[in-house]
Amino acid sequence: MFRRLHEPAEPVRFTFDGRPLTAAAGDTVAAALLAAGVREVRRSVVGGEPRAPYCLMGVCFDCLVTIDGVQNRQSCLTEVREGMEVRSQQGRRRLEGAE
Amino acid sequence: MTAAAASRDIAGPITHAADLADRYDVVVVGAGPAGLSAAVEASGRLAASGGSVLLLDENPSPGGQIYRAVTRRPRRPDDCLGADYWAGLPLADAFAASPAAYAPGATVWGVEPCGAGEGGAGKGHEPPLVGVSLGGAARRIAAGAVILASGAMERPMPVPGWTLPGVMTAGAAQIALKSADAVPAGRIVLAGCGPLLYLLAWQLLRAGAEIAAILDTADPGQRLAALRALPDFLRSPYVAKGLSLLAQVRRRVPVHGGIESLAIEGDGRAEHVLYRQRGRAGNIAAASIDADCVLLHQGVIPSTHLAAAAGCRIEWNAVQRAFQPATDDVGRSSVAGILVAGDGAGIGGAPHAAVAGRIAALAALADLGRLADADCRRALESLRRERARWRRGRAFLDRLYQPAAAFRAPRDPATIVCRCEEVTAGTLRKTVALGVPGPNQLKTFLRCGMGPCQGRLCAQTVTEIMAEERGVDPSAIGTYRLRSPVKPLRLSELAALPVPPDAVSAVTGEPPAKGPSESPADAR
Ligand code: FES
Repeated sequence: MFRRLHEPAEPVRFTFDGRPLTAAAGDTVAAALLAAGVREVRRSVVGGEPRAPYCLMGVCFDCLVTIDGVQNRQSCLTEVREGMEVRSQQGRRRLEGAE
Repeated sequence: MTAAAASRDIAGPITHAADLADRYDVVVVGAGPAGLSAAVEASGRLAASGGSVLLLDENPSPGGQIYRAVTRRPRRPDDCLGADYWAGLPLADAFAASPAAYAPGATVWGVEPCGAGEGGAGKGHEPPLVGVSLGGAARRIAAGAVILASGAMERPMPVPGWTLPGVMTAGAAQIALKSADAVPAGRIVLAGCGPLLYLLAWQLLRAGAEIAAILDTADPGQRLAALRALPDFLRSPYVAKGLSLLAQVRRRVPVHGGIESLAIEGDGRAEHVLYRQRGRAGNIAAASIDADCVLLHQGVIPSTHLAAAAGCRIEWNAVQRAFQPATDDVGRSSVAGILVAGDGAGIGGAPHAAVAGRIAALAALADLGRLADADCRRALESLRRERARWRRGRAFLDRLYQPAAAFRAPRDPATIVCRCEEVTAGTLRKTVALGVPGPNQLKTFLRCGMGPCQGRLCAQTVTEIMAEERGVDPSAIGTYRLRSPVKPLRLSELAALPVPPDAVSAVTGEPPAKGPSESPADAR
């Protein structure tokens, strides 16, 4: 849902839920996802509603994704790297245990 | 690349917690205008005596939000961001040329004041400890003084539908533009109030984005309140630039004023904005506008999490309508060894923050006995004059753009206030009516503010709602009490934290080891 004003000088390849995408070197993961046309990065933990990065500055935590197997990473504070595997998070945080 | 940037490359930024020293004379948190200038000032003045300064920052490159990515962004002749953005480059270059150590990508999760109870009584002032995660490991480092320059965040603007994909803050769109050279595709609707909303509109237009409308929610009732501060504003550095920017935006975008309510709707994403507008004759008209992207903004408020968790006294600023750490004229908080500079201490804007950072650095060095009183006084004199210049006009802007009550404390009961735990305004109001004493008890009852953002995005609204329901001033309500870690730590990061010898002996039954406490990180 974002478009780039200029083609990235140094493209970086990564995947989102297995789908190959391209970013620009130096992008945060959140910005890279938005610029690659991704609308939704997770489902909310209570209502299961779609969510996407909201603040891009580390405040809202709506950009939480799983990066290279590590859950709950703030994608707006993480720099994208070649070959990164990014996955969306669905619903309730798994680490919270039984409830 | 500038010579300054080249010299930075030789030393290189610190990328792992293990590569940090055990102690620095001054630790600065945040690499926006306040933090950069504090680090430059402190490290420059300490250079001769071999003092050390460390700047810790969450982002991958210096600049904070206002000068975000300023060292990385290619400077094209037709750049859309404007001269005020590029004013950050000399500051970032000065920092790169300074002897200060720099750790980007670092998460500061806590500042512990003066190790009370440890190190023995009678030693007087113990240095604060800064808890930081860097490169996948957590670490506590000691600081002679800590300067918190954690800047501002956007005031939450809870309206129905603000959690839908396609809705972001204006600041987020600006960050995408600065750091990724990207603009929202399709029709953009900007909604809210304040100078930054119009600055973003101006930048987006220059970048070729399609702005369908600006829905201006500014409260006309504030005009009278602002009037008293008008003469001061007219002499301020903001006037000429601000007015020309407004005129340019209005020429190219339909601006709808007098907006009294907003709701964003769509199937799994923002598709249109419904709004109610008060006309000149006082009549109210309802309308709807299609949008692919909705950008919300109603001013900025200090980011106070670190200061609050460190135990700094937090006070209510009635004019700016926000909580801020209580500071003296040079930035000292209520806790010894912890200073706060820039927008994190009260909103003043970027050039003001840069001066405030230098002032706090001088105060910190004077407190540490590393700067002669006379030198400090002399330097402060001219900096105070400069600061006064940037403060001029602020009171007018603060009053004029104080958001209307309906946008501070949502009227519609279904509106989500806590985005993490999905607690609505209606639930909050009902629970307040049951006689809950304060925000901390609301948190316990409703999990409001207990999600991963730790209340960053709902605290302000919770206070506003509670104050409204009770008919009292927000200062009487207060805000969430906070403890470190103020950012979630991963188990693997905790594993690297040094364990105090007492804790080890409590588990093993062995007497505490003699000598300095070791940690996996320190031992490397
Ligand atoms: S988008 Fe808000 S924390 Fe990342």
